[in-house]
Amino acid sequence: MNDAFGRPQSVIVLGGSSDIARAVVRRLAGARCKTVVLAGRDPERLSSAAKEALDAGASLAPVVLFDAHDVAQADLTVSNCFAAAEGPVDLVIVAVGDLGSPDSDERDPTRTADLITVGFTWPASALTAIAATLREQGHGRIVVLSSVAGVRVRRSNFAYGSAKAGLDGFSIGLAESLRGSGVIVQVVRPGFVRTKMTEGLKPAPFSTGPEEVADAIIRGIETDAQVVWSPGLLRWIFMIMRNLPQSIWRKLPG
Amino acid sequence: MPEMSTAEDRLLTGWGRTSPSRAALTRPRDVDELASVLSSSRRGTPVIARGLGRSYGDASQCGGGIVVDLSAFNEIGPVDRDSGLIEVGAGASLQSIMAATVPEGWFVPVTPGTRQVTVGGAIASDIHGKNHHRDGSFCSHVAKMTLVTPTGTHELSEELDPELFWATAGGMGLTGITTTATVEMIPIETSYISVDEERFEDVDSLMAEMRRSDSNYHYSVAWVDCMTRRGGLGRSILTRGEHARRRDLPTAKRSEPLVAPVQARLRVPFRAPNGLLNAATISAFNELWFKKAPRKKSGAIHSLSSFFHPLDGIADWNLLYGSRGFLQYQFAVGDDHEDCVKSAIELLSSHKVPSFLAVLKRFGQGDPGPLSFPIKGWTLALDLPVGPRQLPSVLDELDSLVVGAGGRVYLAKDSRLRPDLLAAMYPRVTEFEEVCRRVDPDGLLNSDLSRRLGIRHPGATWRE
Repeated sequence: MNDAFGRPQSVIVLGGSSDIARAVVRRLAGARCKTVVLAGRDPERLSSAAKEALDAGASLAPVVLFDAHDVAQADLTVSNCFAAAEGPVDLVIVAVGDLGSPDSDERDPTRTADLITVGFTWPASALTAIAATLREQGHGRIVVLSSVAGVRVRRSNFAYGSAKAGLDGFSIGLAESLRGSGVIVQVVRPGFVRTKMTEGLKPAPFSTGPEEVADAIIRGIETDAQVVWSPGLLRWIFMIMRNLPQSIWRKLPG
Repeated sequence: MPEMSTAEDRLLTGWGRTSPSRAALTRPRDVDELASVLSSSRRGTPVIARGLGRSYGDASQCGGGIVVDLSAFNEIGPVDRDSGLIEVGAGASLQSIMAATVPEGWFVPVTPGTRQVTVGGAIASDIHGKNHHRDGSFCSHVAKMTLVTPTGTHELSEELDPELFWATAGGMGLTGITTTATVEMIPIETSYISVDEERFEDVDSLMAEMRRSDSNYHYSVAWVDCMTRRGGLGRSILTRGEHARRRDLPTAKRSEPLVAPVQARLRVPFRAPNGLLNAATISAFNELWFKKAPRKKSGAIHSLSSFFHPLDGIADWNLLYGSRGFLQYQFAVGDDHEDCVKSAIELLSSHKVPSFLAVLKRFGQGDPGPLSFPIKGWTLALDLPVGPRQLPSVLDELDSLVVGAGGRVYLAKDSRLRPDLLAAMYPRVTEFEEVCRRVDPDGLLNSDLSRRLGIRHPGATWRE
C-alpha cells in the first residue's frame, strides 16, 4: 500500500534497466518498497538492476522480458508483471522509449514506425492494461516518463519527440479518465538527461542527470503533481518556448 | 457480493485525507445483511468496517474490497439508573449518545478530542481521553459486545471470551464487525467542567508538575509548542478539570445545569490551498493560543464541548490542510522515558517541522488488548501538514527514537509507519493474529492499514 507520502511497497518498472528507472528504484527500495518487478529487453542489464534493487532494500525483484516492438503482447507483458509482483501493486513506472539516431533513422520509414511504436503505441497499450488492473485494485499510481522533447517537437529528434508528445497527451487524458478511481497518473518531463540513451550527443541547455530526475520524481510522487519537470525551471521556460514563433524556435540551441 | 440496497463504489480516505482508495461501500440494514456480506466475501475480497472515518490514516479503507458502513446500527438504549449501563449500536456516535444521555445526567466514560466517533470505532481503536491516567481507555468500560465474524456471531465480555474480547479492543476492526456494545456511563451533576489552567515556560517544568499532581484531577491535558524555542524547549499550557457540581456554576446556569452538546453547524467555507497551514501561519496560531491562556487560573467553568471537543465547532476542519492532507503522529513511552518526549520535541523543532500545538498526556496502566495503544507513562500527539520535504525522514527518525525507548505509535493515527517496526512496537501482534485466525481463517478482515503494515502476516511483515 502507498503511505501518506505516496511511498509504495511494491513497484513495476517497464523499462527497468534505464538509468532514470534504476535511480528511482534505489530510492524507493531504500524507503518502503519491498517488491520490485523489472521488465525490459536486456536480461543481463535487468538482472544487474534487480541485484541493485535487492541491495537497496527490496526483498523480491523478479525480472520480466518483453519487446516493445511487439504491440500485440503489451497486454500479456503487463499481466505477467502483475503476476510476478505476487500481490497488490502500488506504483507502475513506464520508462519505455527509443531515441533512435536521427541522422540515419529519419529517412527510413521502417525505423520511423519502430520509434513511434516503442515510444507511443506499445506504452499506450500497456497503460490501458495497467489502468484496468489498478482500477480494480482501487488504488495505485502510474508514473509515465515523457520528455520536454514532446512539449514542443523540434528538428533534431522529431520522431522521438512526436512519440513522446503522443504519450504525454495520452497519459494526461488517462489521468482524467481515472479521476475518482483511486488511481493517479503523473507525467514526468525531463530536459536533456545525460544517460546511456543520450551518450555521445551534445547536451542541450538545462541538461540534467538521472539522479536529479529521480529526486524530482520522488518529490513528485509525494506531492501528487500532475506534471513533474526536471529541472523544475523548465516548467517556466517551456511556457515561453511552446509559444515562440517557429522562426525563432528553429534557431535556439539544442 | 450481494446487491445491498445501498452498495456503491466510493473513494475513501481517513480524516487526514492522505492515500485515497476505492472500495464498494455497503450499508447493511441488520445483522442478517451484515452476516451475508461477510459470508459472501469468501472468494477473498477483503472487508473492513467504517464508522465516521475519524481515524487519521487508512484504518477504515479497503482498496478494491468492501467497506461496511455501520450507520444503520445506531440505536441508543436507555441508561440503567442503578448500574449506569447503556446498550448502544456500534454505529452510534458519541455525539448522539451524549445528546441522549447528558440531559439525564450521564456522560460517556471516555471521550477523545471529538464527539464524531462511533462506538464501533471507539472499540476498534480502544480510544483514550484526558482521563486515561485515572480511568484507562474505552474498552475498560465496555461490559459486553456483539461481534460478527466470517465464522459466526460472538457475544463477548471479559468473562465469556476474554481472548477475543481483548483482541477486539484496539484490534482496528480486524477481528470482526462489532454491532452492539454495553457501556458503563458515569453520572454527572452538570454538563460543565471546572477547569484549572497553568502556563509553563518549558517542558521540564510542565512534566514535573504533571507527575506531581495529575492524579488529583479527573481530566488532564497539556498543549506544547514544538516550534518556538523562546525561553526554553516546549512552552506549554496545562489544562485540568473536574465535572462541575451544581453549586460550582454561576447562578444563571444553575437552573439548567445539564445541556446536551450540539452538532457543529459551521463548515470551512472555501477550498483551502495547499500550504495555507505552513510554518508561519501555524506559529502565529500557536502564539495566539498562548497569549489567550492565563498564566494561572483556577475554577473556570467550561462547557463539555469547549473542554473536550474544541475543534468540533467546525464540522470539516481537516479541509484546511488542503488537498495533500495531514497526518497525526502519536506515540506512547513508559514513565522512565521522559527524555524521549523531549528528544521528539527537540527533533521537530531543530528540523523546523511545522506542527500545531502538540498534545501531551499521562497514561495510566494499559488494558490487556494485544494491539491496544496505551502504556503507562507519557503520550505525545502531533498534527503535521503533509508537504515539508524533511517530514518523511524526520518521522522515520522519530520511529527509531520511539522504538529505542520501548514505545509505540497509535495505529488509529498511523499512515506511514515502517512495517518492520510493527512487531517491535506491538510485540503481541503474533498472538493477536492467532486470535484473528480463529474467527477469520481465510484472512478476509483486512484494511489498507493492515495490508500496509502486514498485521495479518506477522513475522513476514513484508513478503520475505
